[in-house]
Amino acid sequence: MELEHSHHPTVPLYLLVFGALIVLTGITVLVAFQDFGVMNNVIALGIAGIKTTLVVLFFMHVKYSSRLTKMFAAAGAFWLAILISFTLSDTLTRKSHPVQGWVPLPFVQTPGPIESVPFVEHQPGQASEHH
Amino acid sequence: MSESHAHAVVAHHDPTVAHQFDDKAQQTEAVTLGMWAFLAQEVLFFGAVFTGYTVYRSYYPDSFIAGSHHLDIKLGGFNTAVLIASSLTMALAVHAAQNTKRIRLVFFLLATLFLGFVFLGVKVIEYGDKFHHHLIPGLGFLWAEPHGDPKHVQIFYSFYFAMTGMHALHMIIGAAILLPLIWMAIRGRFSAAYYAPIEMFGLYWHFVDIVWIFLFPLLYLLGLHAQ
Amino acid sequence: MSAVPIPRQSETPGLEMPRQHYLNAGYSIKSWLLTLDHKRIAILYLISVSAFFVMGALFAGMIRLELLTPQGDLLEAETYNKMFTMHGVIMIFFVLIPSIPAILGNFLIPLMIGARDVAFPRLNLLSWYVFMTGGVFLMTAAIFGGVDTGWTFYTPYSSVYSNTNVMLAGMGAFTAGFSSILTGLNFIVTIHTMRAPGMTWFRLPLFIWAHYATSLIQVLATPVIAMTLVLMMLERSLHLGIFDPNLGGDPVLFQHLFWFYSHPAVYIMILPGMGVISEIIACFTRRRIFGYSFVAFSSLGIAIIGFFVWGHHLFVSSQSVYAGMAFSLITFLVAVPSAIKTFNWTATMYKASISYESPMVFAFGFLGLFVIGGVTGLFLGAIGLDVHMHDTYFVVAHFHYIMVGGEIMAFLGALHFWWPKMFGRKYPEGWAILAAALVFIGFNLTFFPQFLVGYLGMPRRYHTYPAEFQLFNVLSTAGASILGVGYLLPFFYLPWSIRFGQVAGPNPWRAKGLEWQVQSPPLTENFEQTPIVTEEAYEYSHLEAKVV
Repeated sequence: MELEHSHHPTVPLYLLVFGALIVLTGITVLVAFQDFGVMNNVIALGIAGIKTTLVVLFFMHVKYSSRLTKMFAAAGAFWLAILISFTLSDTLTRKSHPVQGWVPLPFVQTPGPIESVPFVEHQPGQASEHH
Repeated sequence: MSESHAHAVVAHHDPTVAHQFDDKAQQTEAVTLGMWAFLAQEVLFFGAVFTGYTVYRSYYPDSFIAGSHHLDIKLGGFNTAVLIASSLTMALAVHAAQNTKRIRLVFFLLATLFLGFVFLGVKVIEYGDKFHHHLIPGLGFLWAEPHGDPKHVQIFYSFYFAMTGMHALHMIIGAAILLPLIWMAIRGRFSAAYYAPIEMFGLYWHFVDIVWIFLFPLLYLLGLHAQ
Repeated sequence: MSAVPIPRQSETPGLEMPRQHYLNAGYSIKSWLLTLDHKRIAILYLISVSAFFVMGALFAGMIRLELLTPQGDLLEAETYNKMFTMHGVIMIFFVLIPSIPAILGNFLIPLMIGARDVAFPRLNLLSWYVFMTGGVFLMTAAIFGGVDTGWTFYTPYSSVYSNTNVMLAGMGAFTAGFSSILTGLNFIVTIHTMRAPGMTWFRLPLFIWAHYATSLIQVLATPVIAMTLVLMMLERSLHLGIFDPNLGGDPVLFQHLFWFYSHPAVYIMILPGMGVISEIIACFTRRRIFGYSFVAFSSLGIAIIGFFVWGHHLFVSSQSVYAGMAFSLITFLVAVPSAIKTFNWTATMYKASISYESPMVFAFGFLGLFVIGGVTGLFLGAIGLDVHMHDTYFVVAHFHYIMVGGEIMAFLGALHFWWPKMFGRKYPEGWAILAAALVFIGFNLTFFPQFLVGYLGMPRRYHTYPAEFQLFNVLSTAGASILGVGYLLPFFYLPWSIRFGQVAGPNPWRAKGLEWQVQSPPLTENFEQTPIVTEEAYEYSHLEAKVV
């Protein structure tokens, strides 16, 4: 494991990465003002991904670290991808329709404390008003 | 697993190696893996709220765009640059420690701390502005604009404050950890032989930067082309 | 190969307790509360988890007492809701999740891999204090009137409508979660970096593989529920509307985020138990576990595949049918690694020289009950069947078979197997067999009727039920009382043995493994010299015939 710190980025390399990050930030902002339709999201996330990769590889030294460290670094991202993608697999493919006649409670824009939300005493056998 | 760890339990003469480790190399490896495991956990911690954000953005795109327009892109962009700069100064601090450059180390740690405070100061300005415009859910939220359903804009701002608030909390914790590190650096505790705390803190600080790298486009840069 | 029998208690005369060990290395409160020794931290966890177990069992007792009769005559509906909520929150977050890892994992992992301690001893101690802080939050919630949302904290009831101590209970679960993350982080790093020379990955005991897989889940899944509870508590205090349909929120999103952790959490609960069973079966069949690498990889397989199935808790929640089908398919897939383990354990026992010491009796109990619990999980994993059985007692029976019939049995087996190592003395074997028998009989009598009554339609979390279900409930409560006695016995004979039990010596079970090569109880630093490992795991054919 002594190999871990045998090679390190130099100051010029750090400055280069810094410059790239600033430039990419600028590009992100400029692209946001253009209309690329759904690609706006893809580009924004893609640039964020590139910036992250630069920070991880160079500022966080992962490029020069052991394979195990690289795996640990990738694990978090991979597991987050599972969470987001499988949740979206539900929310984007639902075909549910609102319940007939269900009307949400009026939206009070300056709500009071929770005691002001009425607690309906529940009699057995009676359907609840709040669904 | 390195065979160099094969020796009997002996008293360590190196005060920078804890008793449970055989040698410096094992300690460094353990501490690095430990920090990365912690960061992996942090990715999932923030990831939960990012997931919620993603779901609601897909449900209420117009309200999210309307809410995002009230965020100041200049302040957000400035803060992004500030954080990236603080990552640079942090990386340079680690570099200084690796080369036993004490004064440089202290300088770059102080610079990182300073940039962190600048970031937090801008956030205070932003949050104050939100308060004045009644955009803090739970504290007199009021949305009277024609675009966006008030309920759904409130959800946008709920996520805005949850995500940036959690991020700011992590920055405050980072600043709090930086203070004793700066003190120890001034006292000359770090050198090429022992700089792991600086490096490990650096990993944490860079992670906090990465969270903001995603927060900025997701929160501030929605629907700008429609303006 | 001829198997070497395990010596009977009476056949080990002349053993003495070692002069110095981790228990007499200091007697002050400070030496315990500020300890950095993983073994002492394990004992701290043992005491606190046992206390939480008693509390959770008392709440279960109230549930079973109420359910003796169809009418709601013992408790009000709201009070009953608080009973099952507290029972669930305590048992899951404060008993099952920490049980084997925080107690036996903490004690044994450094010993089994040949290390002096875990990688981060101070973090280890911190994890116990964080655990206790979570317990304080939860007990405060109990004292101030309890919480009635169910351990699942579903919104919008928890975040908008419930008038009970949701914030305190949420803080309790949130805090306990961080204790779990710290433990998992410690174990991952310890297993990667602190193995003794010669201890390659494939020479590790399967207990270690199981705990490694468990730790992966602890680190990657727990933060999600931490954030989810934070969001739920923010909604409750600030009326945010993230999960409130009235405000455009999606309650099913809460369920997704909740179960993303809570399903892998059940693997946190069962995987360590499976590791224990591998160790016990190897010892009491005098054999290497059949298909060692399959069992090792199956632990990882369960951990990883287990992250892709959480939607099977949401089949009837209005989750998309397409997502439901995907989750259902993968749920069937996750049963495969568990089945592999079960087949391999069985194959290990085929034509082996089996001896029926108390740990092995608990292991046999595990095998049968885990199979029933696991298979009924498959029934529930089929969407059509789940529509009928969701939120009925069938589900309750299913998870109790795995968590109690599986995990708690394995925990008891582990406690008995390693008790002599932890305290240097053996417990009275007869009482242990009796306890195992009572637990097994009581458990089945408690929970098997629940499969039947659940299939017949009795819903869960109700304090009343139709009169025709009473027989099943009476049987179940009767079984619970027998189960209670079975659990009570170890609380007597185990502490008794610490003072009065027969001295055990280093290896009373003639087992293989580094932990059995040191004295009982071990030294604080575990090994006098760092061991060098030269043989594979479970080399039972190399045991000498001479009794130590």
